[in-house]
Amino acid sequence: MVSHKSKLRRFLTVELPMVVILLFTLGPYLWMMLTSLTQEDKLFTQGPSLIGATFENYIRLFETVGFLDNMITSFIVAAGTVVVGLTLSVTAAYSFSRFRFFGKKYLLTQFLIINMFPIVLLILPLFVLMRVLGLLDTHLALIIANSTVAIPFSVWMMTSYINGIPKSLDEAAMTDGCSRLGALRRVVLPLCMPGIVATGIYIFITAWNEYLYALSLGGSNVRPITVAIQTLIGEYEVQWGLLTSGGIVGALPATILFLIVQKRLISGMTQGAVKG
Amino acid sequence: MTMTMTASEWPSSRAALAKRVLPYALLSPAVIVTLAIVFFPMLQAAWMSLHDYVLWKPNAISFVGLKNFFAAFNDEVFWISLKHTVIWIGLTIPSQLLLGLITALLLNQEFPWRPLARALIIIPWALPSVVIGLMWVWIYDSNYGILNDFLLRMNIIQDSVPWLADPDTALYAIILTLTWQGFPFFAVMILAGLQSIPKSYYEAASIDGASKWRQFWHITLPGISGVLVTAVLLRTIWVANSIDVIYVMTGGGPGYSTYTLPLYAFVKARTNLDFGYGSSLAVLFTIMLLGVVVVYLRKVGKDTK
Repeated sequence: MVSHKSKLRRFLTVELPMVVILLFTLGPYLWMMLTSLTQEDKLFTQGPSLIGATFENYIRLFETVGFLDNMITSFIVAAGTVVVGLTLSVTAAYSFSRFRFFGKKYLLTQFLIINMFPIVLLILPLFVLMRVLGLLDTHLALIIANSTVAIPFSVWMMTSYINGIPKSLDEAAMTDGCSRLGALRRVVLPLCMPGIVATGIYIFITAWNEYLYALSLGGSNVRPITVAIQTLIGEYEVQWGLLTSGGIVGALPATILFLIVQKRLISGMTQGAVKG
Repeated sequence: MTMTMTASEWPSSRAALAKRVLPYALLSPAVIVTLAIVFFPMLQAAWMSLHDYVLWKPNAISFVGLKNFFAAFNDEVFWISLKHTVIWIGLTIPSQLLLGLITALLLNQEFPWRPLARALIIIPWALPSVVIGLMWVWIYDSNYGILNDFLLRMNIIQDSVPWLADPDTALYAIILTLTWQGFPFFAVMILAGLQSIPKSYYEAASIDGASKWRQFWHITLPGISGVLVTAVLLRTIWVANSIDVIYVMTGGGPGYSTYTLPLYAFVKARTNLDFGYGSSLAVLFTIMLLGVVVVYLRKVGKDTK
């Protein structure tokens, strides 16, 4: 009887408010999904509904709009950024984690504040720079632009992961005849593989979702999905069925990847916040 | 003899040198690349802000000193944008914080489907801002949007409201969208803070007969105050910078009613190709933001000591 009462109490004070917040959180997404499954001409007469749901919008998206090319572009840019971000940051993170040296604090702070500078401050000069170098509308331009965010982020995440691996393990490897770099490669890297994967996936998601650089530095050859979705408004009168299906497809890879790694990622990111 | 002496000494001093150089050598790739793709462009932006730099007049680039900055102070749109930036931060951050705090407190309770709720709550954070922007444009649509439909049915409004086309509501409509996008971040951060408070504190307090409210006030809030300050500072910087959602939803319009300072800089450079003036706006905005960054760095520095 008592437990029944406390269950009711829990429902009213915890579960019900949680459901309301979740409805607010997921409602817009579900509404978009519902719209994308409704036939375009029915949208303005009957409104979105599951009755007579169809994949017509999705088929149109790939057959007439050529969404697949945009997805491939996004994939190349995002994967390129992951490679650049991770390779450059692993050795730097190892250095920050294992050595004490002059200027360490300033260099570490430098990597922290880069991401706090407004993107407009970077986007204008990068546009001029890419124009001079003839790199506008290339994959490389977008990979470079996304790396401005990816490298500092990755350095911080990797430093915190490597800090979690005991120093004694490197020292043991070195007494066994490994060099410093050998210890890094044979001992530290395999141990922080989960951290590397989570960081890589996060970089992938950010680069995949990125819009302003893609808009400014891309063009007709290199057009990632974020820009492609936006141009659906211009090329056709607003066709909400098509647009929302583009939104669902564009958001899907990032959402799935995020749900896979979120636990590890969040613990890595909030660790810094809780401790300092 | 001397030969062998130096030969045997040489490697050890080389090893010492290598040991001292190694940390820098390991750092150099990341540092050099960031210098090239972040710091050099920033210097260039500062340089551009001191010049008449219009992209379609490449031969007319000339040094003008602080002219662009004085022009900004006499520019009505600059002040409008600045006002909007203040409203934008002043409303978005508290809403995100409040909603995030409530969500975190709920997620900190025991209930059977808590792991599911925790996984789902974060979804807005992972969506591309373009998708978020367009999704909400569709929700706010004056003819077919679900928001008008809902409010009409509930008899809260009599006529449908063109949320994004009306200068009086557009900015607030976007603020609601950004609140939706950003509150999960607060929820996750605060939840981590809540879980670091030892349970024994609450047990001791309830033995002493402290009410739930007093427990919240005297144990929970002090326990998460550090996380709250950090999250607010980080979020202020992030929200101030974020222009993609506004750009997608209204492009700054109608009129100037949703211009924020960074958006003004971006639009100025993008549509007028006036990179000199655009850069000076960006530099001004950066200087203002730097205040928040310094406070954040001080806090991080203090906590790690």
